[in-house]
Amino acid sequence: MALAENEGGARNRASLPRWVTATLKTIGSIAVTMLGLVFITFIIGRVMPIDPVLAIVGERASQSTYDAVFLQLGLDKPVIVQFAYYVWDVLHGDFGMSLLNARPVSEDIARVFPATLELATLGVFFGIVLGVPLGVVAAVRKGSWIDQVARVVALVGYSMPIFWLGLMGLLIFYGMLGWVGGPGRVSIFYEDIVPSVTGMILVDSLLDRNWTVLKDAFSHIVLPASLLGYYSLAYISRMTRSFMLEQLSAEYITTARVKGMSEWDVVWKHAFRNIRVQLITVIALSYAGLLEGSVLTEIIFSWPGIGSYITTALLSADMNAVLGGTVVVGLVFILLNILSDLLYKVFDPRAK
Amino acid sequence: MADQTLRQWLLTDTPTSRRHAKLSAIYQGWLSFRGNTMAMIGLWILLALVGIAAFAPILSPHDPFVQDLGNRLAPLGTESHILGTDSLGRDILSRLIYGSRITLYIVALVALIAPVVGLLVGTVSGYVGGWVDVVLMRITDIFLAFPRLVLALAFVAALGAGIENAVLAISLTAWPPYARIARAETLTIRAADYISAIQLQGAGAMRIITRHIWPLCISSLIVRVTLDMAGIILAAAGLGFLGLGAQPPSPEWGAMISEGRRFILDHWWVATMPGLAIFTVSLAFNLLGDGLRDVLDPKGGE
Amino acid sequence: MDTLLDVQDLWVKFPSRQGVFDAVRGVSFTLGRERLGIVGESGSGKSMTGRAILRLIRPPGIVEAKQISLGGVDLMGKSEKEMRAVRGQRISMVMQDPKFSLNPVMTIGDQIIEAYRQHNRASKTQAYAKAVEMLEAVSIRDADRVMRAYPHEMSGGMGQRIMIAMMLIPNPEILIADEPTSALDVSVQRQVLDIMDKLVKDRGMGLIFISHDLNLVADFCDRVLIMYAGRIVEICQADKLSEAKHPYTRGLLNSLPRLDAPRDHLEVLKRDPAWAQAPSVSGRV
Repeated sequence: MALAENEGGARNRASLPRWVTATLKTIGSIAVTMLGLVFITFIIGRVMPIDPVLAIVGERASQSTYDAVFLQLGLDKPVIVQFAYYVWDVLHGDFGMSLLNARPVSEDIARVFPATLELATLGVFFGIVLGVPLGVVAAVRKGSWIDQVARVVALVGYSMPIFWLGLMGLLIFYGMLGWVGGPGRVSIFYEDIVPSVTGMILVDSLLDRNWTVLKDAFSHIVLPASLLGYYSLAYISRMTRSFMLEQLSAEYITTARVKGMSEWDVVWKHAFRNIRVQLITVIALSYAGLLEGSVLTEIIFSWPGIGSYITTALLSADMNAVLGGTVVVGLVFILLNILSDLLYKVFDPRAK
Repeated sequence: MADQTLRQWLLTDTPTSRRHAKLSAIYQGWLSFRGNTMAMIGLWILLALVGIAAFAPILSPHDPFVQDLGNRLAPLGTESHILGTDSLGRDILSRLIYGSRITLYIVALVALIAPVVGLLVGTVSGYVGGWVDVVLMRITDIFLAFPRLVLALAFVAALGAGIENAVLAISLTAWPPYARIARAETLTIRAADYISAIQLQGAGAMRIITRHIWPLCISSLIVRVTLDMAGIILAAAGLGFLGLGAQPPSPEWGAMISEGRRFILDHWWVATMPGLAIFTVSLAFNLLGDGLRDVLDPKGGE
Repeated sequence: MDTLLDVQDLWVKFPSRQGVFDAVRGVSFTLGRERLGIVGESGSGKSMTGRAILRLIRPPGIVEAKQISLGGVDLMGKSEKEMRAVRGQRISMVMQDPKFSLNPVMTIGDQIIEAYRQHNRASKTQAYAKAVEMLEAVSIRDADRVMRAYPHEMSGGMGQRIMIAMMLIPNPEILIADEPTSALDVSVQRQVLDIMDKLVKDRGMGLIFISHDLNLVADFCDRVLIMYAGRIVEICQADKLSEAKHPYTRGLLNSLPRLDAPRDHLEVLKRDPAWAQAPSVSGRV
C-alpha cells in the first residue's frame, strides 16, 4: 500500500498529465525529424559542385564584389553557424532568391504548389473512389475472377513507369482520339481569365462561375489526374483488400451474421467500419506518394507545379530553388504523416 | 539410399541431417513456387533478360551507337529495323538489347548497396540499443520522411548526373526500410536464449552480429529486395528520363523515352518501345516477388 | 416434450488438395426445451455442428444433412435470405470470447440496438429502452453508461453478459452457446452461466451448450452428447454420466482428477482408431 502511494506521489511530482507529455514527445520528435530534413538539404547544398557566389555575381565579377557577396552569404562562418542561419531562414519561409528569375523561392513555390495540390488531390480522389470498392469486393469475393482482375490491375500499376504511361495517355487520348485537352492547365486562350484566389484553377473558375474555363481546365486535368489516380488505386485497392480479409475472418463478423444481418451490412457496417482508420493512413501515404509521382507527371503534361519547378531548377543548377522545393515537399510529407496519426486517434475508440 | 531417387530423398519426412532438412525445405518451397504460374512467368522473363544482356552483341542486329541520318525515325517493321529507328537513325531493337545491360547493372548495384547499408545500420542499432539506437533510428526516420524521388533528384543534383551517381542516389534513398527490417529481426534474435549462451562463452558483439545475426536477417531482406526491384528500375528509368541518370548516347531505356518524347505524336514507337521494355521487366520482378513472398511468408501473401 | 430442432445426418465437409476432410460425420440429434450439452476435444466437430445449424460455415466448407428442421420446417431448403430471418430471431449464438465477438469500433448500445432492430420494427427510443431493459436482465447495473461504452472498456464477464443480452434481445427459441465461459475468469464463469440459465428457463428456450469441459456440462445440462472425430460416440443423461459406457467417455472421466476419490495416477486417454470409423450414435429422441 505504501509502495503504491509512493509511486502515485512520484507520478504527481512529474506533474504533467499523460496526454501532455505524450503531445510534447510527439511534437519533439516531429521537430527533430523536420530539423534533420532541413539538415540533409543543407548538406546537399554544401556538397553541390556549384559555387553559390559565382552563381550570383557571375563569372566576370571583380574579386571585391565576389568577397562582398561571400561575406554577405555568411560563407566565412563555421558550417554549424551557417546551418543555424539556414534553419532560421527556413523557419521564416525564406529559401533565398531563385538564381534563374531573381525572385524569392518562397514566392515561386507558393505560386506552383496549388497546381500540384490540385492534381494530386483529384488523383487521390479517383484512387479512393475506385480503389476502395475494388479492394473490398476483391476481399469479399476472394479467389473469384474479380479478385484476379484486381490483382492484375494493381500489378500492372506497380510496374508501369508513370512518365511513359503519361506519354501513352497523351498519344492515345489527346493525339489520336482528341478526347481530352493537351498539356498545360488550360488552353492558351483561357489563361489568366479567372482571378487567382486559391491558385487551383478548378476552384477559381468555380468561384468565378466561369463554366467555359472550368470545362476547359477539367479537360486538361482529367488525364494526368486519372493516371496518378491509377497509381494510388493500385496501392489503395491492395491495402484495402488485405485489411478487409483480416477483418472478415474476425469473430465479430460471425456475430453480425448470427444477428441475421445481410452480407452487405456485414461487410460495410461492420468489417468496413473497422478498416476506416487503417485506410486513412493508407490514403495519406498514397497522397504523399502522388506528390512524388507528380514530379514526372508534371513534366510530361507541362503542368506548372512543384515537380516541374524542382526539375527545371535542377537542370539549370538553381540550387536555392531545388533545396527550397525539396524542403517544402518533405515538410508536406511529414505533415501528412502527422495528420494521419491524428485522425487515427480521433477515429479509433481504442486509441483514446 | 541407393534405390532412392533424388526426388524422394528431397521429399522425405525424416531428414537425416541438418543439410538434408534444409535442402528438403528449399525443394518443397521450389515446388510450391513452381505451382505459381505468374511467378514462373516472371522468373522466365528475368532469365531471358539476363540471357539477352549476356549475348547482346550476338543478338542485336545493328551497332546501337551507329547513326544513320538518312534513315531516321523509320517506322516499325522497316526492313532490318523491326522496331524502327530513332531520331538519329539508330536501330531501336539493338539499343533496347544493349539497354538491358544498363538496367541489370543498376539493379544489381542498388540491390547490393542498399540492403548492406540497411543491414549494417539496422543490426548495430538493434544490437547495441540505447542512444545509438535512438540516433540511428531517428536518422532512418528522417530519410523515410523524404519523398524518395525528390531526395534522389537532390542527391544527383549535388553529385552530378551520371549512371554511378544515379545508383548512389537511389541506394541512399532505398536503405531505410531495410534498416527497419534488420533492426526488428535483430531485436527478436537478440532476446533468444542461444545468443545469451554464446555471450556467456565470451563471444564479442562483432562476432555475434556477423556470425549469428546477419545470416538470419538475410532471408527476409532478400524477399524485400525482390519486391523493391521494380521500384528501383522505375526510379532509375525516371532519373534517366530526366536526363540525370545515364548520359547520351548510352541506350538507357528511360533516356530513350526522353529522346522519343519529342516525336510522340508523329513517331510514337520511338518512346513506346523502351517503355514496354521497362514495363515488362518491372512486371517480371513484381510477379517474382509476389511468388517469393507467398512461398517464404505464407501469412503475408494471405 | 415438444421438439424444437431436429437434426438428421449432418455432415460438414471441407474439400482440400489432399481430398475431402469431413469435420462432422453424420450427426443426428433433437433438441427440446432443454439444455443439451455437446462435449468433445478441439477438432471433434462440436463447434462446426453449432455453426452448421445456422449455416455459418463459410465456403469452401459444405454442409449436408437429411434435414435440419426447426419447428417442422427444414432449414436446408431455405435460401440465404430466408436463413437471415432465422438467424438471431429464431436461433442465436453466443461465442467464446467477447473480446473478439463484439465489434471493437461500435458502441455496445449500437450493437444491441442493431440486433433488436434487425428483426423488430421499432423506433430508436423504443429499441434503446428495450436494450437497457435487456442489459438489466443480465445484471448489468448502470446500463446507460454501458450503452455508450466500447467493448474494450468492459471486463470479460461483462462482455459475455452483454453478448448474451444482445443475442437474446430478438427473443429466439434456441440459443447455441459455443464455449461461452472458456475465455472467462473462473470467478465469473458461474455467474455468467447462472444468468444464461435463468433467461433460457424463463423464456422456455432450448439451449445447445458446447464445451470441452465434461464436469461443467454434466453439472449444467440435462442431456449430453459426446463427440469424437466428427461423430457422436455416446449420449447420456447428464446425471448418469458416471454410468457412461463408451471407452472414450470413460477415458475422459478417468483422466479427470476427483476430490472425492483421489488417485495416485490419472489415466492417459488411449485412443482406438475404430472410434473414428464407427457410425454416429443418434441423439434423436
